[in-house]
Amino acid sequence: MRAADEQEHAVSTTQPAGEHLLDVRGLTKHFPIRHGIVFQRQIGAVHAVDGIDFTVAAGQSLGLVGESGCGKSTTGRLVTRLLKPTAGRVVFDGEDITHTPENRMKEARRNLQMIFQDPYSSLNPRHTVGTIVETPMRLNGINPPQGHKKRAQELLETVGLSPEHYNRYPNEFSGGQRQRIGIARALALRPKLIVADEPVSALDVSIQAQIVNLLQDLQREFGIAFVFIAHDLAVVRHFCERVAVMYLGKIVEVADRRTLYTGPRHPYTHALLSAVPEADPDGTRRRERIRLAGDVPSPVDPPSGCRFRTRCWKAQERCAREEPPLVRLAGSTDGHLTACHFPEEPSVAAREEDIVLDPALSASGDSESTSS
Amino acid sequence: MSLLTSPQPADADPAAAPFLDVRDLRVHFPTEDGIVKSVDGVSFSLEKGSTLGIVGESGSGKSVTSLALLGLHKGTRAQVSGEIRLEGRELVSLPEHDMRALRGRTVSMIFQDPLSALHPYFTVGAQIAEGYRVHHRVSKKEARDRAVEMLKRVGIPQPERRARDYPHQFSGGMRQRAMIAMALVCDPELLIADEPTTALDVTVQAQILDLIRDLQEEFGSAVVLITHDLGVVADIADDILVMYGGRRIEYGTVHDVLKEPQHPYTWGLLESMPQITGDVERRLNPIAGSPPSLINPPGGCAFHPRCTYKGWVPGGRCATDRPELLPVPGTGRHLAACHLTPETRTEIRGRTAAGAAQ
Repeated sequence: MRAADEQEHAVSTTQPAGEHLLDVRGLTKHFPIRHGIVFQRQIGAVHAVDGIDFTVAAGQSLGLVGESGCGKSTTGRLVTRLLKPTAGRVVFDGEDITHTPENRMKEARRNLQMIFQDPYSSLNPRHTVGTIVETPMRLNGINPPQGHKKRAQELLETVGLSPEHYNRYPNEFSGGQRQRIGIARALALRPKLIVADEPVSALDVSIQAQIVNLLQDLQREFGIAFVFIAHDLAVVRHFCERVAVMYLGKIVEVADRRTLYTGPRHPYTHALLSAVPEADPDGTRRRERIRLAGDVPSPVDPPSGCRFRTRCWKAQERCAREEPPLVRLAGSTDGHLTACHFPEEPSVAAREEDIVLDPALSASGDSESTSS
Repeated sequence: MSLLTSPQPADADPAAAPFLDVRDLRVHFPTEDGIVKSVDGVSFSLEKGSTLGIVGESGSGKSVTSLALLGLHKGTRAQVSGEIRLEGRELVSLPEHDMRALRGRTVSMIFQDPLSALHPYFTVGAQIAEGYRVHHRVSKKEARDRAVEMLKRVGIPQPERRARDYPHQFSGGMRQRAMIAMALVCDPELLIADEPTTALDVTVQAQILDLIRDLQEEFGSAVVLITHDLGVVADIADDILVMYGGRRIEYGTVHDVLKEPQHPYTWGLLESMPQITGDVERRLNPIAGSPPSLINPPGGCAFHPRCTYKGWVPGGRCATDRPELLPVPGTGRHLAACHLTPETRTEIRGRTAAGAAQ
């Protein structure tokens, strides 16, 4: 079709050339599925992350969004080397850390910290808040001039806790406060990059806003780069300048936030945006309505070609055969990359006909625009 | 204390009694530390075919309210008082035996976490059929056919085959569909959905919400939707009840509450939500502090320790007098419990709007 010919093979990556703080190339993680009791043989693999490329510049924040099982958390853990990649390369701060042995990772992790999703399981209940915040400094042999305790108390103040909390235990704190402790711990080494894996999804709306504001202030003050992983598109839009959309282990679209949220090209991004509920009773009518059928397929045996084709309303025979490359499409702005053979128009405004693929739902225009 | 129960002031006429009428519902849990007042005087009403969204943070009493509607506090230590009238029938004092006849048939519920709400030992089809057989004198075969029919209606592919599957063989979205099928198998008149989509992904959430709305139109049931997400409510509900610390603080139509919110807590909720459209540079305006203790709730207005605008109320009344839920002038059925005068509210909202525009 015409759209297919419009694709031009753009310059290799996401960003104009230059020094990137984090450069990820062809990152892949397959978790083996084993069978048998004594002699275990591998009978398959979960394709959690399947060849993704992205870069993050110093002080920038990149959002990774997608539904559960799309590999966004695995990506975060691969970047911080909490997991070992199956293939690909992670270059952080000019150094290839893909195969750095565990005992030497300490140096890289001085500049590369993580904030975890669950503030209840990510803090050791038997350590005081002081110990939790100080440990990274002690492990890395950092002796701040004012002493560990004073520095830890300063960090607690930075994240909006009181210095008197130094001797308390995590169970004395609420979810939001615990997340602040986790942030203080990540800040203790003054990292250049923080990977935040769903840092606010376990929190109530009002607390969520407090933490998002805190992270934003810290980013501005210390110039920390972020890889911000979340399933909430509104939070990601608020926090990240660049956003990458993942589906079944692949990045399907990446762009700056303005472009991604107002002019997405990939059908999946359209579907995702149209599904976000808005606290504005008139808002839903202005935006397009797309309802996909079913759930995300299993990453054990992902569909051939384009992975979204099984739920896509534009899928054709070519989508099953050829995997679409992540490239800049004709008509897209610089740095807006999409992996689709038959991209959509860059608009999120309401369509003449809703796209409703779910068999249980009646389209309000009572016709399905499933095209072939 | 005023007992304004419904947004419609004309509830004096018994003939026009609403389908569901909850008055001054209180659910208290005695504990070692004191009495936890999870729900403390909540009233609302609901007509058939319409949807009420109950919104609030964790611990605001929204789920406890929903369990009380189903009579699930019976036989526990919870102290339930007040009135729940369903088509004129009082449910709070109803004995458990009679409640069982209603549960599943007239009042039914969709739970938040379908994996823990479904029994892992029985097939999905058997679990749906069981509910049908309890309330209808039918053969196993008929109940089974009904289960398959329901699975088909909620959009599960190959319903004949999937009815023989166990819950773990279903994906998250499909389990929630199965839960909906189970809740609707007896055509209930009142459907309670407690955070039905919180555990689901956003594209699946959109499917499920649309499905609940479609089914409601088809069966004409009344729906109580409990959620912490104002976006979900805006999408599906007709009325919104905002709860804080076990009490109502704002109640009205979706349009009134979201477009013309009157209570500082509702303002706070709306301003702390990042939006999918609009200005990205707008800073979120979170509500300071954390939710109140339900054992020793703050005196006066439960929200006053976190309220930015308590200084606007003369004489420090917020800390001493509990504000009553009063109609907002100029609207028929929009109620808010706040000491701020309408003029002050307009002024504050004008300022924040000006601040946001800058």
